[in-house]
Amino acid sequence: MMRTSAIAVALLSALALPGCTSKVETLGIAGGTAHIPVMEKAAAKLMAADPGIRITVEGGGSGVGVQKVGEGLVQIGNTGRPLSDQEVDKYGLKSFAFAIDGVAVAVHPDNAVSELTSDQCREIFAGRISSWKVIGGPDGPISLYGRDEASGTREVFWTTALAKGEVAASTKVVPSNGAMKTAIAGDPLAIGYLGIGHVDESVKAIVLDGVEPTQENATSGVYKVNRQLFMNTKGEPAGLAKKFIDYILSPEGAKIIEECGYIPVSR
Amino acid sequence: MNGATRRARRERWLEGSLLLAALASACAVLLILAFLVYFSLPLFRPGAIAGILSGRWQPVGGEFGILPMLAGSLLIASLALAIAFPLALGVCAFVQGLGPPALARPVLAAVHFMTSIPTIVYSFVSVILLVPALRSAFAGRGGFSILTASLVLSVLILPTIVLLVHASWSGLGPSVRMTCAALGLSRTQEIFRVLVPVSSRSLVVAAILALGRALGDTMVSLLLAGNSPQWPSSILDSARTLTAHIAMVLAVDSQSPAYLSIFSSGLILLLVTASLTLAVRWIQSAAGRRRR
Repeated sequence: MMRTSAIAVALLSALALPGCTSKVETLGIAGGTAHIPVMEKAAAKLMAADPGIRITVEGGGSGVGVQKVGEGLVQIGNTGRPLSDQEVDKYGLKSFAFAIDGVAVAVHPDNAVSELTSDQCREIFAGRISSWKVIGGPDGPISLYGRDEASGTREVFWTTALAKGEVAASTKVVPSNGAMKTAIAGDPLAIGYLGIGHVDESVKAIVLDGVEPTQENATSGVYKVNRQLFMNTKGEPAGLAKKFIDYILSPEGAKIIEECGYIPVSR
Repeated sequence: MNGATRRARRERWLEGSLLLAALASACAVLLILAFLVYFSLPLFRPGAIAGILSGRWQPVGGEFGILPMLAGSLLIASLALAIAFPLALGVCAFVQGLGPPALARPVLAAVHFMTSIPTIVYSFVSVILLVPALRSAFAGRGGFSILTASLVLSVLILPTIVLLVHASWSGLGPSVRMTCAALGLSRTQEIFRVLVPVSSRSLVVAAILALGRALGDTMVSLLLAGNSPQWPSSILDSARTLTAHIAMVLAVDSQSPAYLSIFSSGLILLLVTASLTLAVRWIQSAAGRRRR
């Protein structure tokens, strides 16, 4: 009798276990690398408030964000650019803009150059100006850094700052905003571009056409090279995805967005 | 049921499952190849092939040539081999008796340990230490460059060469050693006049396998070579390898020709490494025939 009841208990608990695990709600987020600080902070706050949820945040770039959310691999796919009509048609995605981020041209902090015109900028990234000396910088060749094809940051920089101009093939390509910052901080002859939210004292943001690249100037539109950051869902968000998006768009979420160096978009 | 039939049955079962495992892995390779060919098909339409096998990668201008990446792969891998091969021979000679015998075992142990270091660790440490060092050595050039990637890859493939060559020399060991000692040859003469020529096939095999390893590595070139899709004109230039190209482009919209280009990159890579493997098989079987 003892034995049968022990077996019964074992069986019951075996049945109960999967029930327990399914109670943990999970949410997958992937895509734009500019989004990551905001996503991680919000995820940490939500997970601390409710131990029953698990949120994972991955990068990959805007292209990955679209693909992963479209294929149903994650529930929220982030992009640093608006979705193309093709993307919306193919996957039936819905976009939620939550922050404004400018894209700043940046150089090494020791570089004497702190201002450029957009013409100069175009010439530099096309490889036609290839020496820092010509524009009053250090003695040496300009070391160009850019982003991969999936990058929303690259998309915005290329369409607005470079006016869809030519990009030199010698541009070194890095896979994230963070990698861009590290690359520029380590290379005294570097020039590249990154989200203003990522700019800190390890790199120097360039004043473009006389306008300082700050989030305020980006929000007011004085600084032209800016974009919105989006969260995208396949169809209407539901469950935890909806909860997460609502949280990001709430006043509390806005506070996190500001802490991360971005300007929240009012709903 | 008696013991004999039970054993026979178990054996049959074992044979069956082993056969299944072998078939599954063979099928996996064939399926990968078939899958790559299938996805590359759109590119092998007339006109498209010329586009892919052209020398310019400028997606915004509609140009998707992957030849610069092929050149980058081959250049970085062969430079790495050129650096690693003499070093590896040196290590083998040291272990084989040129160095103090007491150090032979620790050196071999260190080489064995090197095989277990993940490539991301090599790459990450190099980003912090080697990249700035080379940059200051070459007046601002050569930071994220072919040279940097090749140097690190040479460290990565060194153990492959050392272990293969050492195994081959150890196999020849006693008989050659006695003969050489009887002829009054020095250790240096023994190694470079006898061991190296006698084991030339193994040396070639070791070099080919190391080259394959260097060609197939992704992380080192992705993090260190700079990923510029340009024709390399100097080893201080940055370049993009086929593997790094796949890693970077994998992220874009799955409809674009850029996305399709990574399948042809994969196909080219697989064909190159497969022909290297075939070369190894051919050399080994030729050696076998000669011995018989």
